[in-house]
Amino acid sequence: MSRIGPTLEALRSQQRTALVPFITAGDPQLAVTVPALNALVRGGADLLELGVPFSDPEADGPAIQASSERALANGTGLRDVLKCVTEFRASDDQTPVILMGYLNSVLAMGEGAFAAAAAKAGVDGAIIVNLPPEESKSLRNALAEKDIDLIMLAAPTTSDDRLSAIDRAASGFVYLVSLKGTTGADHISVGEVNQNLARLRGRTRLPILAGFGIKDAATARALGEQADGVVIGAAIVSRMAALRADADAIPEALYRFVHDIRQALDA
Amino acid sequence: MPQPGSNYAQPSPDGHFGQHGGRFVAETLIHALDELEVLYEQARADPEFQAEFAEDLARFVGRPSPLYFARRLTERLGGPQIYLKREDLNHTGAHKINNCVGQALLARRMGKPRVIAETGAGQHGVATATVAARFGLECQVYMGVEDIARQSLNVYRMKLLGASVVPVHSGSKTLKDALNEALRDWVTHVDNTHYIIGTVAGPHPYPTLVRDFQSVIGQEARSQCLQQMGRLPDALVACVGGGSNALGLFHPFIDDEAVRLVGVEAAGLGLETGRHAATLNDGQVGVLHGNKTYLMQDADGQISNTHSISAGLDYPGVGPEHSHLKDIGRAQYDAVTDEEALAAFRLLNQTEGIMPALESSHAVAWVVREASRLGTGQIIVINLSGRGDKDIQTVAELDGTTL
Ligand SMILES: Cc1ncc(COP(=O)(O)O)c(C=O)c1O
Repeated sequence: MSRIGPTLEALRSQQRTALVPFITAGDPQLAVTVPALNALVRGGADLLELGVPFSDPEADGPAIQASSERALANGTGLRDVLKCVTEFRASDDQTPVILMGYLNSVLAMGEGAFAAAAAKAGVDGAIIVNLPPEESKSLRNALAEKDIDLIMLAAPTTSDDRLSAIDRAASGFVYLVSLKGTTGADHISVGEVNQNLARLRGRTRLPILAGFGIKDAATARALGEQADGVVIGAAIVSRMAALRADADAIPEALYRFVHDIRQALDA
Repeated sequence: MPQPGSNYAQPSPDGHFGQHGGRFVAETLIHALDELEVLYEQARADPEFQAEFAEDLARFVGRPSPLYFARRLTERLGGPQIYLKREDLNHTGAHKINNCVGQALLARRMGKPRVIAETGAGQHGVATATVAARFGLECQVYMGVEDIARQSLNVYRMKLLGASVVPVHSGSKTLKDALNEALRDWVTHVDNTHYIIGTVAGPHPYPTLVRDFQSVIGQEARSQCLQQMGRLPDALVACVGGGSNALGLFHPFIDDEAVRLVGVEAAGLGLETGRHAATLNDGQVGVLHGNKTYLMQDADGQISNTHSISAGLDYPGVGPEHSHLKDIGRAQYDAVTDEEALAAFRLLNQTEGIMPALESSHAVAWVVREASRLGTGQIIVINLSGRGDKDIQTVAELDGTTL
């Protein structure tokens, strides 16, 4: 079993909202990635999402696109991302790590080889943005063999019947895309997310984490009333971008940002 | 379209062409694709829709396009009898308009007041802006800043038609990035917007519906051959970017197994240089822009920057049905270089008084290269997918002439 289920279960029993920050591996440079992950955990992250940079991130808004481009300019590939996870695991064997990216990165390595390498590195889950349940069977099986969760996404446009199908295909948790749009969009509506959460809640046995467009403590806290957790990506990646000339300052800045959100969630 | 009993029934109900195709998109878009699929199935079976489509193809696009015997080119090459399917004579100057009329009619049926498109050479953008004006739809076209620089005429043309052209600065700043940006727009405005994809690629049902709308090319060519020559041709030749003009010509002949199908890709500076866009010749299977297909990519699965003198062929993917036709050996895919395409561009100008688009020049160039291997009794149909007015600037620059 991956670390995701037990971690979310423990949070649920403590009635705490899972806080899941996202960064892109290799942005602004590979040497920053593991210190950044450690800082996020120190600040209060419960799970980590690590972006696999891709040349054509069609579901991402400008902040994460740019972050992917910076990582690729540094030559960061999937193997480097896995090395970061291995390195992170040397000092942290508790915090679940979820890779987030696009299917072509996995296909280029081969689904079976990816599952094996990810398991060896200590990866717990994968979110493949452009892999709907209908096309997910072979990767799901390959990952399941290695106890890695394939996390499925649900969207505001997803019909009730599909929500049930998504539940059947998913493991770990269901990722509720909070808005119609790309990552980092600025038109999130807490009321709408809560409606969709309620709809999804009736159709899944899994925890539900919301993401896309969550940028501040107030929104995170408001969503945490209903959701089991929140994912924060573009807001973090933008902070890292602002500090890219002074990369040594990034871990401390991430620590403070996440710490503030953690406090708001726990207050 | 293959008839019932055809040994070629593609795609499968879930949109796969063999191992290719499918639907690899963000969950937010699945609902819109389901809706489009259902609506398209209804429209396809609805005589009223088909009549509307035929009417606009006839009176707005100017179809049927002629099948023209290129006598002086045939004599010059001393090989097969060469016929040109004159898509260059369509309104707006290329085959792209066939698909755009069909999709604009679908947008209207869905009650969506806004359409978006991606464009490389600008031909699909112009065709989309044209039908948007014709049907009173709001129109936004995404175009890489690299392409905006090399196709300024078409950019202005779209603006004259009332469309807004959005420059795309991300990634390689070309067609593939314009497609990414169009997908991002669609995911954000999916309630009121229809995305008019310009070629036989993208998530199901796009490869099928674009193929069907473009199949008018092959349907006409097939009956024109029977009427004008009394028999089917020996080979069909078309350039392949995403593959819509090629599939439109090929598809109605798919069960005529004696008819050879040849797709011609852009070999750019030469296949061996790596600076090309010959996906079916040199790519590996992967997933991009909603479908599984051959792609130009590196060992890490990053999509490569491609090169072709012709912006419309400068794309690292290819429609999934072509990938399948390659896998099963029903079609053959070759490639010609920038240089060969340019020579063919000049040759057709001077032998026939026809200025082909640089894209279409690739198909002509293949016939020039292979003419001596094709018997004199053979009949070859080349899809002249578009006219070359848009490329005059590019060619003049290569000639060292400032216009
Ligand atoms: C004249 C012409 N031919 C061919 C193409 C390539 O597209 P496809 O392969 O979909 O026909 C284009 C694309 O812009 C074009 O403008």
